[in-house]
Amino acid sequence: MTARTNRLGRGALTGLTWLVALLFVFPVIWMVVTSFKHEVDAATDPPTFAFTPTLEQFTTILDRGFLPYLANSAFVTGLSTLLVLLLGVPAAYALSLAPVKQTSNALGFFLSTKMLPIVAAIIPLYVISQNLGMLDNVWALIVLYAGMNLPLAVWMMRSFFLEVPTEMIEAARVDGAKLPTVLYRVVLPVVAPGIAATALICVIFAWTEFFYAVNLTAAQAGTVPVFLVGFITSEGLFWAQLSAAALLASLPVMIIGWVAQNHLVRGLSMGAVK
Amino acid sequence: MAQVAYAGASRIYPGAHSVRAVDGLDLCAGDGEFLVLVGPSGSGKSTALRMAAGLEDVDEGTIAIGDRDVTQLPPKDRDIAMVFQSYALYPHMSVRENMAFSLKLRGMSKADVRVKVEEAADLLDLTQYLDRKPKALSGGQRQRVAMGRAIVREPSVFLMDEPLSNLDAKLRVETRANIAALQRRLATTTIYVTHDQVEAMTMGDRVAVLRDGVLQQCASPQELYGTPRNVFVAGFIGSPAMNLLTLPVDGGGVKLGELKVQLPVRAEQGEVTVGIRPESLSPVGAGEDGFDLQVQLVEELGADAYVHGTLAGHADKVVVRTDGRTPPKLGEAIRVAPCDTGEVHVFDPESGLRIGAE
Repeated sequence: MTARTNRLGRGALTGLTWLVALLFVFPVIWMVVTSFKHEVDAATDPPTFAFTPTLEQFTTILDRGFLPYLANSAFVTGLSTLLVLLLGVPAAYALSLAPVKQTSNALGFFLSTKMLPIVAAIIPLYVISQNLGMLDNVWALIVLYAGMNLPLAVWMMRSFFLEVPTEMIEAARVDGAKLPTVLYRVVLPVVAPGIAATALICVIFAWTEFFYAVNLTAAQAGTVPVFLVGFITSEGLFWAQLSAAALLASLPVMIIGWVAQNHLVRGLSMGAVK
Repeated sequence: MAQVAYAGASRIYPGAHSVRAVDGLDLCAGDGEFLVLVGPSGSGKSTALRMAAGLEDVDEGTIAIGDRDVTQLPPKDRDIAMVFQSYALYPHMSVRENMAFSLKLRGMSKADVRVKVEEAADLLDLTQYLDRKPKALSGGQRQRVAMGRAIVREPSVFLMDEPLSNLDAKLRVETRANIAALQRRLATTTIYVTHDQVEAMTMGDRVAVLRDGVLQQCASPQELYGTPRNVFVAGFIGSPAMNLLTLPVDGGGVKLGELKVQLPVRAEQGEVTVGIRPESLSPVGAGEDGFDLQVQLVEELGADAYVHGTLAGHADKVVVRTDGRTPPKLGEAIRVAPCDTGEVHVFDPESGLRIGAE
């Protein structure tokens, strides 16, 4: 009897889980479906699932010069993440395993830089970029994205570094390792999942960043999110085209996320489960 | 090859109330000696060891290894190897890589590293595990890897920080014997920290007892047990602990209940602290000389039974070792007297020092 109610309960729970999961994933599925429609099919009301699939939208997008935007995004995301890791790893080490003076102040300062809404900083940033001749320049975005992600990355990596047993580092020092060796051959391999998780989050944030990109770039340095906005025109929305573009825009992040899934889960749960 | 000498070495943790974790330590581990540092937690024994390793600053005094003053040298320049309580193995490296790490850093050729690692693995019975990662090993095997990592380097000093405390009781006894044998064989100067006095007594050539950062006594296990220098050492070494009773002196002796016990030394003080080990007391027949003990707890260990009780008219607990086959019952009163061979230790209750120390 109880076994049966149990099974019923579990079945209901599974159903509910599916329902919630579908609810979340539906917009994405709808986007994928719409991207294969003709513009006419995409605009029908009520929406329809019955249509002849086409790749027309994708070719249109490529014709409209999607690739330079994609290249900009990839360049900015990759380089800013690299910069974050190069600066963030030593910072996180210094603030966790080799605590320097004023550690908590430094951490507080990092956090405080995230407290100002970006909107409040955009005008000074615009003026500074203009004065430096850096408007519509990918390097400006790289610096800004690195600055935007760095505090978060330091905090995240610090929590992973704190999991590293100090005795292991001491063992390496007694074994004859100097600081760089300790860091690169002992500490980093152990926190690699955490670093991967941090890097992935930086990639996602940089890839999807819109506000800086739309304000500081134009034709030269525009990133994918800026390209997407191009489909919102005064003549109305081109749903099918927009969906196809959005699909192409989100594809790289999805692929990276899928590849790094195991690392990510291990990394994100590292602090919680010992 | 190398002795380790602490000379007035202190470690002071700064702060509003600075703590002298190790206070003016004067201690020397002779060449090839197995020196055990023992003490309760917070006694500074681990700190003292870490000072020798270079993992802890020396704020006052010096530490010398061999004839080199190493006080300011980083750990890697001290020619030491350390075994940690948690073993501190590198989780991402195989057993072989764990052991080879220090040799590689030293720039030893691959072939030599291989030979050294395989020798050590053979010695520690680890050959079949060389390509496993630490997480695929049992606790005892991990402990051996930690030992292996230390011995491949052929350092002039081994420093061991409670290396057995994570093992179960049976394995601990086995490993204890193995480490002691290995040390005798390699004849490498070893400083070994433990809180377990059985380890201290069985392994050490000499044992140094620390309390609150201060060295209490450093002597052979025999001497430590037979002539403790002060009340603390007397109470710390030996299990169950020595009975310590502070009693008034009357005509060169003290009264334990109705029993007058003659002191082996002349005491000038009005009161003395008398120490008698549980095995120096034994039950006697009802009519014989002795004192009565109200039995409150009987610990039966098989061969022996330890009887805990109170002396009539005294708050102090007294423990007596009795024959395990005929232990007294709870609540009974038994008559107890020091056995013929039993020793009576006498301490000054003010200073805690042994009276009549030679």
